Amino acid sequence: MDFNLSREHQLIRKMMAEFTENEVKPIAAETDLNSEYPRENIEKLFNLGVMGMCVPKEYGGTGADPLASAICIEELSKQCASTGDIVATHNGLCCDPILTHGTEEQKKKYLPMLTTGHKVGAFALTEPNAGSDASKGQTEAKLEGDHYVMNGSKIFITNGYVADVFVVFAMTDKTKGTKGISAFIVESGFPGFSVGKHEVKMGLHGSPTAEIVFTDCIVPKENMLGKEGKGFSIAMQTLDGGRIGIAAQALGIAEGALNEAKEYTKGRVQFGKPISKFQNTQFTFADMEMGCEAGRLLTYQAAVLKGQGVRYTKEAAMAKLWCSEHAMKTTTKALQMFGGYGYTKDYPMERMMRDAKITEIYEGTSEVQRIVISANMGL
Amino acid sequence: MKIIVCVKQVPDTSGKVAVNPDGTLNRASMQTITNPDDMNAVEAALKLKDETGCKVTVVTMGPPPAASMLRELMAMGADEGVLVSAREFGGSDTYATSQILAAAIDTIGVEKDDVVMCGRQAIDGDTAQVGPQIAEKLNLPQVTYAADIHKDGENITVKRMLEDGYMTIKVKTPCLLTCIKELNNPRYMSIGGIYETYNKPLATFDFEKLKDHKLIDPSTIGLKGSPTNIFKSFTPPQKGAGMMLEGDGKETCEKLASILAGKHII
Repeated sequence: MDFNLSREHQLIRKMMAEFTENEVKPIAAETDLNSEYPRENIEKLFNLGVMGMCVPKEYGGTGADPLASAICIEELSKQCASTGDIVATHNGLCCDPILTHGTEEQKKKYLPMLTTGHKVGAFALTEPNAGSDASKGQTEAKLEGDHYVMNGSKIFITNGYVADVFVVFAMTDKTKGTKGISAFIVESGFPGFSVGKHEVKMGLHGSPTAEIVFTDCIVPKENMLGKEGKGFSIAMQTLDGGRIGIAAQALGIAEGALNEAKEYTKGRVQFGKPISKFQNTQFTFADMEMGCEAGRLLTYQAAVLKGQGVRYTKEAAMAKLWCSEHAMKTTTKALQMFGGYGYTKDYPMERMMRDAKITEIYEGTSEVQRIVISANMGL
Repeated sequence: MKIIVCVKQVPDTSGKVAVNPDGTLNRASMQTITNPDDMNAVEAALKLKDETGCKVTVVTMGPPPAASMLRELMAMGADEGVLVSAREFGGSDTYATSQILAAAIDTIGVEKDDVVMCGRQAIDGDTAQVGPQIAEKLNLPQVTYAADIHKDGENITVKRMLEDGYMTIKVKTPCLLTCIKELNNPRYMSIGGIYETYNKPLATFDFEKLKDHKLIDPSTIGLKGSPTNIFKSFTPPQKGAGMMLEGDGKETCEKLASILAGKHII
């Protein structure tokens, strides 16, 4: 068992850390304050091959493994969880299901768009009445000749108003329950596709979240992803992988908060010494560090298992659950170390704390992760 | 056409500087980076590669770990690396280093339409001598302080940045250019580049490989052969904070005079 990163992974971490320091950190506060999609940085991430990095070379990507993608998301999220989220969604929830379940024609058409074509991808499963109970979606797709007619709406869609390619789940046979759900590749340019409400959120302000609406939306028959009726299983499988991305994002947020707090407490003098010298601060740091290390091991383990092609459902859920809860704890405690300053927008702590919260909710709440973990324990 | 870029791994001066008892830098104990001006030279070479499809070779002289720097530069887009490394080369000053690098570059081969690029100077020694010395030893025309480079056939037009203005020079290949930070913003490694870098060729030129080269005089290389003797190296103590005197002209002058008189300076 070797816990060292490969030399390629080490270089990827170094490159991403430099990029984050030079390009992401300087605009992170502004991105949050203005709820601005970091378009220029996403373009740069396309140029560097980070967007769609796990797509094989023949379809425009670099053939990176899931661990490499997790490392990129982790590094970006240390300074800007919104940027990490955009990448995690694009790589894990759009490129991955097309690569895994797409036909050769679909892969040849869409994967180059999502890599060298600089088109952003998204994933549309959640509906107003179908959150954790994803099987209750009402969006419907009816076959009419050579195309499907899609009607309904999806909410809380990350990359919603900037994406060009969506992996969408809709009922093709309402009588069959989850076995009546199918997956589709939908382009934002298809007739009948529109973007609804832009969500105003507690955090992740740079990540564009929106409702998307299908009004007699025409989806070519050949855009069904996977077999008819296999949508629910494709969604669940995709979310397993997506959870590695969210684990990496949450881990990055926790590590970012920890780093900021270390710097701050070493310089902040109260009662005659830097507050980093007080045992209460040090014990808190010890817990934060230990939690980050555990999160890293869980996340990298899940990513490596995915790369090896073995089942990793439980491991991904554990990584996501651990890292998201640790991110919430760490940002809360790190903010506390900043005292009143931490509560102001002059420091990144309040943003990191707001950003951390969503990781306990999306791509399966903490409660759903516990369902997934226990369902895989032979109980 | 090919471009040979000379690069140096230098101590990261944002960290702590460590010095050996003999006065040379204790490089092993310090974090290293690629010399910043050399990064601009690499970027200039990669831009010409983007335009012309030419080959870019990165060359460094240093201890074996310097190979990792070459891999990073190849992950940015350079095609191959040459590590010039031998105990006999250790401790070389600029005179000795330029001999060895000139011999290494000559071994790689400089043809009619080739260009050699260097950073202006390294942040550890700040001499700015190695680039020009290599040019002299290889009999190449040289243009230093390049702030802009345009290639048009066998001519290269270089905008040289001087203290009080610019000088535009047209030079024929083969030639040597030294680059400054105003020239460009170095690119990052790319994911694709990182996955390719360990499959790219990296050669090591050791003492055996270079010792018989006509440009090498074994008695004038390495620490012993270098004409430069380091008397003392140290981290200068940080200067104390300055004092600002405020008020109208006469008042501040009187105050200044009394402070200077108090220190027996006047």
